[in-house]
Amino acid sequence: MHETIIHLGAWAEPLWTRFLEKLPEILQATWETLDMVFLSTVFSMFFGFILAIWMIVTNPLGLRPCPAVYRVLDFVVNLLRSFPFIILLIAIIPITRFIVGTSIGSAAAIVPLTVAAAPFVARLIETCFLEVDRGVIEAARSFGASNTQIIFRVLIPEALPSIVLNVAVVAITLLGYSAMAGTVGGGGLGDLAVRYGYNRFQVDIMVYAVIILCILVLLIQGVCNLLYKVLR
Amino acid sequence: MIHVEHLHKWYGNREVLHDINLHVSEGEIFGVVGHSGAGKSTLLRCMNGLESYQQGKVTAMGVDVASLSGTSLRKLQSSMGMIFQNFNLMARKNVFENVAFPMRLWGAPNIKERVNELLELVGLAKRAMQRVQNLSGGQKQRVGIARALALNPRVLLCDEATSALDPKTTMSILDLLDDINRNLKLTIVMVTHQMEVVKRLCHSLLMLDRGKTVASGVTEELFLSPTKEMSKMVTDEYTLLKSGTNIRLMFPRDISQQSIITHMARSLDIDFSIVGGKLERYLDDVFGFLIINVPDAHKDAVLGYLENHHLYWQVLDNEEAGSCMRR
Repeated sequence: MHETIIHLGAWAEPLWTRFLEKLPEILQATWETLDMVFLSTVFSMFFGFILAIWMIVTNPLGLRPCPAVYRVLDFVVNLLRSFPFIILLIAIIPITRFIVGTSIGSAAAIVPLTVAAAPFVARLIETCFLEVDRGVIEAARSFGASNTQIIFRVLIPEALPSIVLNVAVVAITLLGYSAMAGTVGGGGLGDLAVRYGYNRFQVDIMVYAVIILCILVLLIQGVCNLLYKVLR
Repeated sequence: MIHVEHLHKWYGNREVLHDINLHVSEGEIFGVVGHSGAGKSTLLRCMNGLESYQQGKVTAMGVDVASLSGTSLRKLQSSMGMIFQNFNLMARKNVFENVAFPMRLWGAPNIKERVNELLELVGLAKRAMQRVQNLSGGQKQRVGIARALALNPRVLLCDEATSALDPKTTMSILDLLDDINRNLKLTIVMVTHQMEVVKRLCHSLLMLDRGKTVASGVTEELFLSPTKEMSKMVTDEYTLLKSGTNIRLMFPRDISQQSIITHMARSLDIDFSIVGGKLERYLDDVFGFLIINVPDAHKDAVLGYLENHHLYWQVLDNEEAGSCMRR
């Protein structure tokens, strides 16, 4: 019994020293991930929101139907969403370079992350808008509300709780995508896990990365659920 | 107040409204009745420009609705309140905010006082800060009514306002609408499939069936002497006897006082059975209805008696209720 514990301790010691040794790198990677996910969530929410409003307005059953515009938007959103992220990442390197001046690093990863997530966000928010009771919109119209008033005083406030829930979906999806961005020099936890766990067989470092990712997912979901409860 | 002339509306190839004519006078309660899918709600929405139409003319408060667009249309809509079957309130907001909503849209002054005044009127003053989700159906409709009145409209459009409510709540909402009509001198247009609602509240009405006018006129007269098409829609829920002749008798107040039925039995020396009967409320009046079953042998004698005593009556067929009606 005693011997086993000593034996385990002997086995755990190098792990512990390695953890301490790599801790700065792990923290650095966590920071990079948070940076990428936060900024790309904010940017993709911004562009996705605009796209969603444009789609809900031009929808054939929308506030100012314009089927031609809607069909184009719908097609672009579908097209961008059907790109595998890893391909998109490489395909838009020239654009990335144009915007941030480099194609390497977490700042550069934000561009493809935003491009990939914006149409996804647009679709999610469009669905939230479509779920707003048409009767409430009609009621607003019957009091003489203008389209702008309907968007800002009915659609957005009424859809807000479900939009908040979808922020969690977007952020968590981007967390997953950011791991892929790591493979082209974006940094972050995914990059760390692949470099140590896969390439150097240091499984422990990979496990740390995964544990931190898990905690991040739980945190994002938890915060959004809480917000949803408050808003609903 | 509202004038509709030769109105036609199509959805694609399907004609949903066919040659509708009606006139709503100022201060009256006007009913549009029909089964679901008859086009009543569409007709209502043509009145405040929520729906467009292809032919005919709708005039509301002196202006041609089709000629308006943009701000002028919105202005007209703000002078016509509307309430809905499913209330259409903003579920996340409280009672106060829901009622204040139209006023905020138009930047009206003194929102607080006006909303409290309206909530007082509909009997929800104590619930101003409650969330709409937690209210009962009747209370939600009261919020809807308060919201519709927020901009001091001249007309209130009711789209199946009581169809989602139980009978008791329906009555209380109808009483409220009646009060509003009397005290605020508000013109009300009610769309409903509930005959009871029309009888109880509407001064005149238009009956629609699949987009066509079946009957129109003053409520009381229409129910006392319905046309053939109308009787098809207004059927009694009694099971009529197969043999003999079923006769439906109607007693306005002046006749209700006299013991006509027993007098008829004694003077003709016949027997008959009573199939069913009820009292119905028309506006402020109460009418009695009685369906009797007379053996065929006595039919002519009974009809003769009814004719001489100037009663409202109607012979009912088992197949087709109501073939003729006379006084």
